[in-house]
Amino acid sequence: MKFERYGIGLIKGMVVTIKHLLRHPTVNQFPEQRLNISRRFRGNELIWSRERCTGCASCAKTCPQGAIEIITATNLADNKYEVQKYQVDTGYCIQCGLCVEICPYDALFMGYSYERAKYRRNELVQLDDELLESPQRPASGYFHPEIAEKLPRQTLLVEKIVEKRK
Amino acid sequence: MTTTGEITFKTEPFVLNFGPVHPSTHGVYRMRATLDGEVVLDIEPVFGYLHRGIEKLAEERTYTGFIPLTDRLDYISPMSNNLGYCLAVEKLAGIKVPERAEYIRVIIAELQRLANHCIAVGSFLSDCGAMFTPFMYMFREREKILDLFDMVCGQRLTYNYMRIGGVSQDIPDEFLPALQKFMGTMPGMIEEWENLLKQNEILLARTKGVGILSREMAINCGISGPVARASSIKWDLRKADPYSIYDRFEFEIPTGEVGDCYDRYRVRVEEMKQSLRIIKQAMERIPSGPIRAEVPHLIRPPAGEAYAHIEAPKGELGFYIVSDNSIAPYRCHVRPTSLINLTALREMVRGWKVADLIAIFGSIDITMGEVDR
Amino acid sequence: MAIVELVNNTRLPMQVTPADWPGGYWWHWLFFTVILIAFVLVMVMGAIYIERRGLGRMQSRLGPNRAGPFGLLQPVADAVKVLLKENIVPNSADKVVHWLAPIIAFVPAMMIFAVVPFQNGALLADLNIGILYVIAISSVSTIGVFMAGWGSSNKYSLLGAMRNVAAVVSYEIPLVLAVIGVVLMAGSLSLNQIVLKQDIPFILLQPLGFLLFFAAGCAEINRSPFDLFEADQEIVAGFHTEYSGMKFAMFYLVEYGEAIAMSAIITTLFLSGWRGPLLPPWLWFILKTLIVFFFMVWTRTTFPRARIDQLMALAWKFLLPLALINLFITAIQVLAWPDALPWILIIINITIMVILILLWSKFFKLGWGRIEV
Repeated sequence: MKFERYGIGLIKGMVVTIKHLLRHPTVNQFPEQRLNISRRFRGNELIWSRERCTGCASCAKTCPQGAIEIITATNLADNKYEVQKYQVDTGYCIQCGLCVEICPYDALFMGYSYERAKYRRNELVQLDDELLESPQRPASGYFHPEIAEKLPRQTLLVEKIVEKRK
Repeated sequence: MTTTGEITFKTEPFVLNFGPVHPSTHGVYRMRATLDGEVVLDIEPVFGYLHRGIEKLAEERTYTGFIPLTDRLDYISPMSNNLGYCLAVEKLAGIKVPERAEYIRVIIAELQRLANHCIAVGSFLSDCGAMFTPFMYMFREREKILDLFDMVCGQRLTYNYMRIGGVSQDIPDEFLPALQKFMGTMPGMIEEWENLLKQNEILLARTKGVGILSREMAINCGISGPVARASSIKWDLRKADPYSIYDRFEFEIPTGEVGDCYDRYRVRVEEMKQSLRIIKQAMERIPSGPIRAEVPHLIRPPAGEAYAHIEAPKGELGFYIVSDNSIAPYRCHVRPTSLINLTALREMVRGWKVADLIAIFGSIDITMGEVDR
Repeated sequence: MAIVELVNNTRLPMQVTPADWPGGYWWHWLFFTVILIAFVLVMVMGAIYIERRGLGRMQSRLGPNRAGPFGLLQPVADAVKVLLKENIVPNSADKVVHWLAPIIAFVPAMMIFAVVPFQNGALLADLNIGILYVIAISSVSTIGVFMAGWGSSNKYSLLGAMRNVAAVVSYEIPLVLAVIGVVLMAGSLSLNQIVLKQDIPFILLQPLGFLLFFAAGCAEINRSPFDLFEADQEIVAGFHTEYSGMKFAMFYLVEYGEAIAMSAIITTLFLSGWRGPLLPPWLWFILKTLIVFFFMVWTRTTFPRARIDQLMALAWKFLLPLALINLFITAIQVLAWPDALPWILIIINITIMVILILLWSKFFKLGWGRIEV
């Protein structure tokens, strides 16, 4: 194979590489600088609203993995139909979001936080009151545009200026 | 036996196992190569290490519930898998997709093609030994695309975005301005990559004329995608059998002449440029309207069968669905692009050296998720 | 001491210790040995640091920056980690060979520094045969590499070791011929004399020699674009696949030690060693060595890897004829015009280099590479 262009290809390549040496690198030092994640982020956990849930179990029927378990009962004393147990196995969940999409009463939200690792596998199975919204578990705007508007704007790589000189 | 000039001396071939865990087999793929010194005599592929039984799982999930699993087939370009599956079910049930959803699908599919070729070209060049420099540059662009996808559906890898009858959510307001900015920077980046390595003499010596797949062999093996186009077969499903609204856009199909590794690399880069053209045209013409047809969530298509194929970034990806009017498919079969492209590897590799084996394997661009399903 | 008297009395033209060194022979020896060992180890750490940070910055990312301020303690962290790892020897490996190989590979890399001048007359041994000693010693580490490859009882290692032996043997010849050009210009083999004669750095007077020496040197020490002996993508890690713990650290040291040694030799031969205006001479020496090393890092970032038969073809068909012609022309210049103005010679030499490279690139054919099986 002949040396096409007699070595100019090699020199052009080296020019490109050395130009990158002088640019600002495209990195983010994680624990000190954090990016804003997407407003529609499908996080690890589910957030449930006890007031709105009626126990219709559409979410349990739609889940491809079968990670949601619901037990309902009639409460004849208060003349209500209440949810006794709502359990989500977040280890089984694949974060597809189909449950949030199907809920007719807007009672389910995907989680927005991502640093929610646990030490034990049985802590991944979350029950009833652990699923409520709290400051450690904010809700994300996946299929809920009213929440998405209030979340901070996502940082995009196209908008971080990467070609400016250091 | 090795003959050098007039001297013949006896050599013995040995079997070297490029195991499932190897720095450059793209995923868990095993090759038992019979080598004579450095020359490859034969390879015997062993795969199946990533088999998850996705086709069988389809019979137990609903039609909509299967879409997250199609994400995991070719995990480098999941939007294309979603699109193929949704097209198959829509063909079966006779659902018409609204206009805005079609345009969004085209934009997303072409962005996915760009992202896939970033990885394909990047890993091919780093398999040739370029020490991950082009890989890093291309991943920077892929990050920008993944940010756009993140904005739309909330995830960066397993999107679950397409639905039967359209897409699941509308694109947010900041999507199109961000896409515009991306389109502004991308051509400059492609040019920078070309300056880096297109005329590099070492790369030319390493890939020109290496691993030639002749036209007849490609047609006989059923190869599709950039590998076939590099062997001078001018076949692209977006022009030959247009699905969705691809017949409304103008773009060209780049082909190679010889069918060696260099042509496959060039075809992919040129396809990236053509994808940019398509996205630009789609962005100008996108209408407003509904993004999803009115279909029930538990859809029951009429009994029958349908096959829908799309031009996925790796080739022709097809879904064959048989339905018996229940909420789950009776049978769902995936035409695995990577597996069928991989069958040509044995022919391409005979007589080349070990270093070429890795380069040729990288240039076919396979993903084991699709090979094993 | 008896040895020194014997040497001086028999009038061997070998002045090992400078006459004015305080304390005589043994203090000189001790001082320089300690300094050299410290120098090599510190420079290797600096080289590792420069390589990782430089490679990172050129790939648009940061290198390591967590261990110590600006990541300066990263090599120390690497060393500590490697010392704490378990030393695994394969069951069917040849134990003695496996154990000896890193030592045989490492010692020559350090011994090269015995003749490199840090200042006028400041070297461990001012041998009259300086550069010949360097070339002789640097070939010995190949034996270490081959022992590593053979003693590991691993086919990948054997492939890597075979490639190494073939390539090192081929590249010795252009290396030596490029050096002889410099020796002709300087009139002596001793490295100290070569530096003293460089009123104009020899890189200007021998541009072709510099390029040849750089290319041949990179091939000898496994640097990219010729790092196929430990190609990560093909033969997992080449000859040091089966090494872990301190033995692996020795091979790591060998690679960077030889890179620094080659940079030091290039500085001494072509860039006028320790000479420079303002700073102390040893600082100039270190700076120039690091600049040459940075050049090696730069080429590593950019270029893909050559294949083994292309590597050999490059040595025998491209570098060797050019080295012969370079030697011929240098000999003519030294004999016919010993008193010519250096500027005329510079211009003539650069012109000849450009013409030769263009001519040879036109006619250089790498060969097909494919063998019929």
